[in-house]
Amino acid sequence: MEIMKTLLAFIVLWPLVGFLVNGLGRNYFSKKRIAFYASEQIFASFIASIIVFILIKNNGAQGDITYFNFIHIGKLIIPFAFKIDQLSAIFLLIITGIGFLIHVYSAAYMQQEEQAHYGRYFSYLNLFIFSMLLLVLGANYVIMFIGWEGVGLCSYLLIGFWFKNDNYNYAAKKAFIMNRIGDLGFLLAIFWMIAKLGTANYSDVFSNVSQLSTTDITAITILLFIGAMGKSAQIPLYTWLPDAMAGPTPVSALIHAATMVTAGIYMVARSNVLYSLSEVAQNLVAITGLVTALFAATIAIKQNDIKKVLAYSTVSQLGYMFLGLGVGAYTGAVFHVMTHAFFKALLFLGAGSVIHAMHHEQDIRKMGGLKKYLPITHITFLIGCIAISGIPPFSGFFSKDEILAAAYAHNPVYWGIGVATAGLTAFYMFRLYATTFLGSFRGTPEQAHHLHESPSAMTIPLIILAILSVVGGLVGVPESLGGHHALHQFLSPVLLTEVKYETTHSTEYMLMGLSVAIAATAIVIAIVTYSKKPQISNSTGVGKLLENKWYIDELYDAIIVKPLGSLASFLKNVIEKSGIDAAVNGVGKLVNYSSRQLRLLQNGQVGGYILLMVLGMIVIVLIWVNDGYIYRFLMNLFFAK
Amino acid sequence: MPIQYYIILSLALFCIGIVGVLVRRNAIIIFMCIELMLNAVNLLLVAFSKMQYNTAVIANKATTVGAEGQLFVFFIMVVAAAEVSVGLAIIVMMFRNTHSIDVNFLNRLKN
Repeated sequence: MEIMKTLLAFIVLWPLVGFLVNGLGRNYFSKKRIAFYASEQIFASFIASIIVFILIKNNGAQGDITYFNFIHIGKLIIPFAFKIDQLSAIFLLIITGIGFLIHVYSAAYMQQEEQAHYGRYFSYLNLFIFSMLLLVLGANYVIMFIGWEGVGLCSYLLIGFWFKNDNYNYAAKKAFIMNRIGDLGFLLAIFWMIAKLGTANYSDVFSNVSQLSTTDITAITILLFIGAMGKSAQIPLYTWLPDAMAGPTPVSALIHAATMVTAGIYMVARSNVLYSLSEVAQNLVAITGLVTALFAATIAIKQNDIKKVLAYSTVSQLGYMFLGLGVGAYTGAVFHVMTHAFFKALLFLGAGSVIHAMHHEQDIRKMGGLKKYLPITHITFLIGCIAISGIPPFSGFFSKDEILAAAYAHNPVYWGIGVATAGLTAFYMFRLYATTFLGSFRGTPEQAHHLHESPSAMTIPLIILAILSVVGGLVGVPESLGGHHALHQFLSPVLLTEVKYETTHSTEYMLMGLSVAIAATAIVIAIVTYSKKPQISNSTGVGKLLENKWYIDELYDAIIVKPLGSLASFLKNVIEKSGIDAAVNGVGKLVNYSSRQLRLLQNGQVGGYILLMVLGMIVIVLIWVNDGYIYRFLMNLFFAK
Repeated sequence: MPIQYYIILSLALFCIGIVGVLVRRNAIIIFMCIELMLNAVNLLLVAFSKMQYNTAVIANKATTVGAEGQLFVFFIMVVAAAEVSVGLAIIVMMFRNTHSIDVNFLNRLKN
């Protein structure tokens, strides 16, 4: 217990120290030292996380580890405490492990930045890891919320990292504001919980859940889910994620694919006790996830920016995870978080390697034939594509299959849409692959001349992630394929309300066969269509609709941004000018006017002054003479008790 | 004589003084009116001190009650004489400067 307390404190504090040192010393340290120090801090956390993981695996989870009382008001006590159990241990490994690889990758990718910006970049990355660890380790919703806001801040800072470009700043602001909308829901859920139960600790909330009425539970879970919608980019709050691709590519890999956006999944999985009691909320989660998965996949088909495709793919995969959560397959969702972290980080880093080689060209229409120039990137990217498409025995297959099987048992319609989405996923990923790596090079001769494989600091993380993408699924081999689903057993003490669907093995084989067949067909079609004749021109009809992302941004602009803008200008021009300003200026004018009138009394005529003096004396005498009556009357009037 | 007579006379003198100050513009007349008010008060002081002495002397032949009032009147007269000398000097200076003793002419306190 004591060891655990110390270890966890160090796991969290190392990245924070890294943030402070690199942030304050960015003007003094050399680039090499900055990169080494930042990566080494995360590596230390990673090693400690492995120890924590082994301890948890062998000894099981223990109670909360309290460091001090964070808030203590009356009966409300919110401790600064960590909860380390199987779920948070897995997230610890994902965050620090992939975080470390991405730090190493960034060291080479960001090499062209100036020294001060280089330091700023790595200090933000370390701060992000710190916040993310706080998010998954917190033993109550308040600590989780601190981490939740911290990762939002880092996301904002890193999306707008190249702050000289206005568009990037707009993207950063969009991400921040969209997240704030969700955060409001999260915050309200915390308040609701504290109002009803007087606590926000996970263990207390879950054990006292019987005190809550169904309405309370539904409201809390839906509000929590609104928070998850913002952070995990679900409809209707997803539009920030594609725009967040303005940030450096390793940031997209770390924050907007592997870790931060899965915070919503973590939160719902953590609150599974609450969600299992509210059918409404569960259905909402499942349907939102399903719709988002399909919707984002359709958009991804027609995008031409290599990172935008991956961004929509991330939104779509997050939808999958929420589908899993909604139908009660919590393990499946966490499993998919894990495998998705591997292959999506791999894909993003691969895309980063391509962008690096192409000198910051992101349009896939200007690429093509990169296979022979970037062999390692090509192979690893291909592995990522196969993994996300769900071809066995790559990792994506097992996690996706588990979610789909649960969806089928819950409602075959969910499964149908899920499989259609899986087909679309395979199609757009291999469209991306074929357009980028196959065919002939379509860029300028100058770009062709400079094409080169990335340095080893970038390719080694790619290779490690590729290996993980291949074998990562083996921790969750289902029984029907002769495994015993190690992850499922590992997580079962946390995910208490996991729904166990009884499906026969033959049904499972049929489902797997169907989804693999559909994915394989989509892959073949995509490769055949796009390797020889990639689509260069703009699309028409439905294609145009998809290329413009269903005009959702324009729709939001028309129904939310514009009315809000006109309301704001109405308040500014009418309410403020003729209301508030008029009142303030009116007081000033009144004083001015009345003093101008009073000034006339001072006419310099001594006789006038004496007259006033005499009148004043007469008044005073009258007040006295009246036996104090007027005096008492006035006193009562002004100082009545 | 009843005390009311003195009070009424004094009041009348005082009011004449006030009205004089208010309505007249000749500085010397105003000055005289101020003296009138001062002496109205003096009259009242003397009247009341005499009244108190008359009441107290019945009980005690050797009483000194009321003597303070008489004394005050002397002091006031002395101070008034000093005041008159200063005031008249001011009026003389004023006349030398403006060739007028009209107080409305002196309105530089304005604004």
